[in-house]
Amino acid sequence: MNSSISINKLSKAYGKTEILNQVDLQIAGGEIFGLIGPSGSGKTTLVKMIVGIDSPSSGTVEVLGKRVPNLSLLQDLGYMAQSDALYPELTGKENLSFFASLYKMKKPRLKERIAYAADLVQLTDELGKKVSAYSGGMKRRLSLAIALVHDPKILILDEPTVGIDPELRLSIWSELMLLKREQGKTIIVTTHVMDEAEKCDRIALVREGGILASGTPAELKKVYGAADLEGVFLQAGRGAP
Amino acid sequence: MRIPVLIKRIMLQLLRDKRTMALLFFAPLIVLTLMYFFFNGDNENPQLGVVGGNSQLVAALKNASIDVISYNEADQQTVITDELDGLLEVDEGGFQITLENNDPSTSRALLMQITQAAAMQSGTAAPASIDAEYIYGDAETEFFDVLGPILVGFFVFFFVFLISGIGLLKERVSGTLERLLATPIRRWEIVLAYLIGFGIFAIIQTVIVVFYSIQVLDMVMVGQVWHVIIVNLMLALVALSLGILLSTFASSEFQMVQFIPVVVVPQIFFAGIIPLEGMADWLQNISRIMPLYYAADALKAIMYRGEGLTDVTGNLLALATFAAVFIFLNIIALKRYRKL
Repeated sequence: MNSSISINKLSKAYGKTEILNQVDLQIAGGEIFGLIGPSGSGKTTLVKMIVGIDSPSSGTVEVLGKRVPNLSLLQDLGYMAQSDALYPELTGKENLSFFASLYKMKKPRLKERIAYAADLVQLTDELGKKVSAYSGGMKRRLSLAIALVHDPKILILDEPTVGIDPELRLSIWSELMLLKREQGKTIIVTTHVMDEAEKCDRIALVREGGILASGTPAELKKVYGAADLEGVFLQAGRGAP
Repeated sequence: MRIPVLIKRIMLQLLRDKRTMALLFFAPLIVLTLMYFFFNGDNENPQLGVVGGNSQLVAALKNASIDVISYNEADQQTVITDELDGLLEVDEGGFQITLENNDPSTSRALLMQITQAAAMQSGTAAPASIDAEYIYGDAETEFFDVLGPILVGFFVFFFVFLISGIGLLKERVSGTLERLLATPIRRWEIVLAYLIGFGIFAIIQTVIVVFYSIQVLDMVMVGQVWHVIIVNLMLALVALSLGILLSTFASSEFQMVQFIPVVVVPQIFFAGIIPLEGMADWLQNISRIMPLYYAADALKAIMYRGEGLTDVTGNLLALATFAAVFIFLNIIALKRYRKL
């Protein structure tokens, strides 16, 4: 397995509070990898350290063979934060082209990518509006568009579908599948919704700063003898098998 | 290039924020105007009591819009009971002037007018001797003239500090700063873009404040206008870098405002509104770490004493050092988010 992301003995503590404890994880290229766990389990911290915007207390993260943090690596990463990091005074278009301009891209390509990203999240008609007038779901979609506007090899999405209606959620997931299948992108998604976990190629169950179990959803269900992932989570949490 | 992109975004954001624009450009003018009226409220002719002196002198004084009241005999008590602004006693030895000095600016104007009138009358440069005696305060007491340059510097410092600090703070709180650092941008590029983006507004503000003070408020201005602007720009740079640095230690706009009594208000005291010479040594030493002290000193030298930039090099250097240190610390402070 060529691993696109390799996490070794990663720990993070703020003072005495331990957020992550000796996490080991390998994520292959071209897969959709789900980090599943309740809020406060350390998913966001883990994801931030993969991007390089939070530094580990100990342990290492390697992405595409480069040790994080690495500036040139950021060109290949697309990150969507849990909270919408947008400029409300600016329009959707201005937000999108601002972030896109921070990456190395030629002008025509930039235009093309902005149009593509906006279309993907179905915001093309709303781009002229100020973000302060956007609904929660629209902000989420704009954040997603910003994450993939520079055509990164790896997409890291922290709770991408919170507050998005089921119809659009479905279309976003089918888009993610398409990005994986046709462009070979590696996609890391955090979620606490179990039916989204089912859609991932492989998942890791995160709880209290550690990884309880990882594998494909089918594997996990078999190992823990559970009918669904909810059951797997409960079983794994109790220490079985 | 990422810096122009970032600068453009910062400026666009500020331009869309009409309230902040108004605060930046008009608030200093309003406060300065108020201060001007507070300190220059008395525009009535000064009342001068005269003992002795010839009719020529009296005519010259009247010409200078002074209300002259002749006495055969008068003393300090006369000045107080008759509510005179001053008393001029002429004898063969020279002039003896007693100034009430309740309002230092009136006293100074009066003293100047008497000297001029006397010079004109005697035809020579100046009379043999003029002795001025003050009932309240002394010759060194001056208000708006000295206060003016300090206030100009202070308002530039205060508003630039506040607005740049809150600007970066908003970016921190909303998570966009973190998001920004998830792109290949360098930390120094962010700091530089902030300095330039807000710097452009600071330049506009400085020019408006300086021209308004000199042209509209008629503030004393002996030196060169562009020298004043240069000093203020250096001060704005210090305020800018200090503002965004301190925003690191604030977690909300309210906490940013809490820095005002801690960081901004003490600077006023050390800027020379209260004479520093008489203060304890340790207090004087504290003034050395106040950016506004250096700026006010330079502004006073240029606007009030008519000195040039070469005379205030030390002050400019001190301001540049403050700015350099704050900028460096800003780049370091961003390490909290990303090590590179």
